[in-house]
Amino acid sequence: MPASLTRIGAVYCRQIYLLRRSLIRVFDVMFWPVMEFMVWGFMVLYIQKMATGPITQSIVFLLGALIGWDINCRGQLAMNIAALEDIWTRNIIQVLISPIRLWEWLLAVALYTLTKVGAITLVLALLAWGLYAFNLLSIGWTFLPLAANLFLFGWALGLFTFGLLLRYGNAAEALTWGVPFVIQPFSCVFYPLETLPGWAQLIARLLPTTYIFEGLRKTVSEGAVAWNLWATIAGLNLLYAAGGLFFVSWMLKAARRSGQLCRLGQE
Amino acid sequence: MINHYNGLMAPAVLEVHKLLHRYPGSKTAAVDGLTFTLASGEILGLLGPNGAGKTTTLHSILGLLEPTAGTIRVFGHSPISERIQVVSRLNFASADVELPSNLTVIECLKVFAGLYTIDRASQRINNWMQQLDLTEFAKHTIGSLSSGERMRLKLCKALLNDPELLILDEPTLSLDPYMAHKVRELLKKIRSDRSLAILHTSHNMQEVESFCDRILFLHHGKLLAQGSPKEVLKQFESQSLNELFIRVAGTGELSDAS
Repeated sequence: MPASLTRIGAVYCRQIYLLRRSLIRVFDVMFWPVMEFMVWGFMVLYIQKMATGPITQSIVFLLGALIGWDINCRGQLAMNIAALEDIWTRNIIQVLISPIRLWEWLLAVALYTLTKVGAITLVLALLAWGLYAFNLLSIGWTFLPLAANLFLFGWALGLFTFGLLLRYGNAAEALTWGVPFVIQPFSCVFYPLETLPGWAQLIARLLPTTYIFEGLRKTVSEGAVAWNLWATIAGLNLLYAAGGLFFVSWMLKAARRSGQLCRLGQE
Repeated sequence: MINHYNGLMAPAVLEVHKLLHRYPGSKTAAVDGLTFTLASGEILGLLGPNGAGKTTTLHSILGLLEPTAGTIRVFGHSPISERIQVVSRLNFASADVELPSNLTVIECLKVFAGLYTIDRASQRINNWMQQLDLTEFAKHTIGSLSSGERMRLKLCKALLNDPELLILDEPTLSLDPYMAHKVRELLKKIRSDRSLAILHTSHNMQEVESFCDRILFLHHGKLLAQGSPKEVLKQFESQSLNELFIRVAGTGELSDAS
């Protein structure tokens, strides 16, 4: 087996070992998205009951958006938690002095994140089907590229927060949890772009999530795939991913120069 | 380069030249113009009081820290720009740097065997676990081990890839005298078998006298003395390294007998 694959496999296994042995960890992975999904889902059911006319489309959109937003958040969080696991257990230096390359570690974590996000999405989709009679695939196969792009953007955001963790250590941990909340109001997850004031629209237009959810709304309301948005989404995502990779390697160099790299997990 | 333990010529595995490291915002240098070499098969002790610059030197050699000035070559490569060529041939164990406490001993060693792409990993893991009396703990989580057991596991991980250079930061700090002796004998045997070079820091001066071929005495980042333990003791008319250490830590100076 090529050496890179062995090293990627080792980092992947390190995360799986943790899950395999701890039911509490599996529970923690599923708990927050499931709880959030249930609260919003039941609220949607209540609104439907209260409404005088049919609002089925809104329900389809809202539940789809909830699952989509969760893919984005979990993508970002899972990458940072993988790094934090090594910082919390003061093992990060052992990893940094091993012959793993940065891209191998990032790819291993992306694969693990994909596994985690895939499992959460499946559970949410089954819940939506069981509790609200909502079939995720009713959105159509558009959901797959939509999910892939949400995952990619979450991963790219994770790169930026990972870079800050390397440079500033535990002090940057709060950002890991806070980034999704900063991005969400501008991502037009539950409302169209025009709802935002002008200054906020400017920010929103820089985020691929805005176009992804605009596309989702169009698919749900018109049944058509908004192909014109996909080029913008893919372009922005590639830009963020490339920027994130550059940022991580820049922060790694800066941490090596300042001495922060040796203090990771020791603070 | 003369190898101090058997007097034979041996290639240098590590060359440090005028190493200077100043942390941002600090007026004084943590390491100030340090120059030394380490030959294949040699055991070199890095001594000095707290804050002498030992750990900064080790971190620079491991590529975790970019020196302010000076050069480091490990196996002829830079630990910063040619990191992979360097770290795949060395390994490290420290009392201060942990292994993932939430994995079992066997899981942890499998992960590191993967990171170092070790052939016949299971066989090697079993061999080193046996040598370091860890077999019975294979399925225990690392967090449940005593500090001495964890230190042995760190040594086990550090020996997995058959390193040519082993960097040890206070490796026997939490070991009982029997286990510390066993570890030293094991390391000496590996050194004899395959010319393993060891860079070693310790505050146990008795251990340093019996284990190291050569020592470097650091204080405030500067090299105060170097040579075999006997040479250094003779040079400074001291009865023991312990006495010499207390003199250096107290005054920051060494007065040469000559």
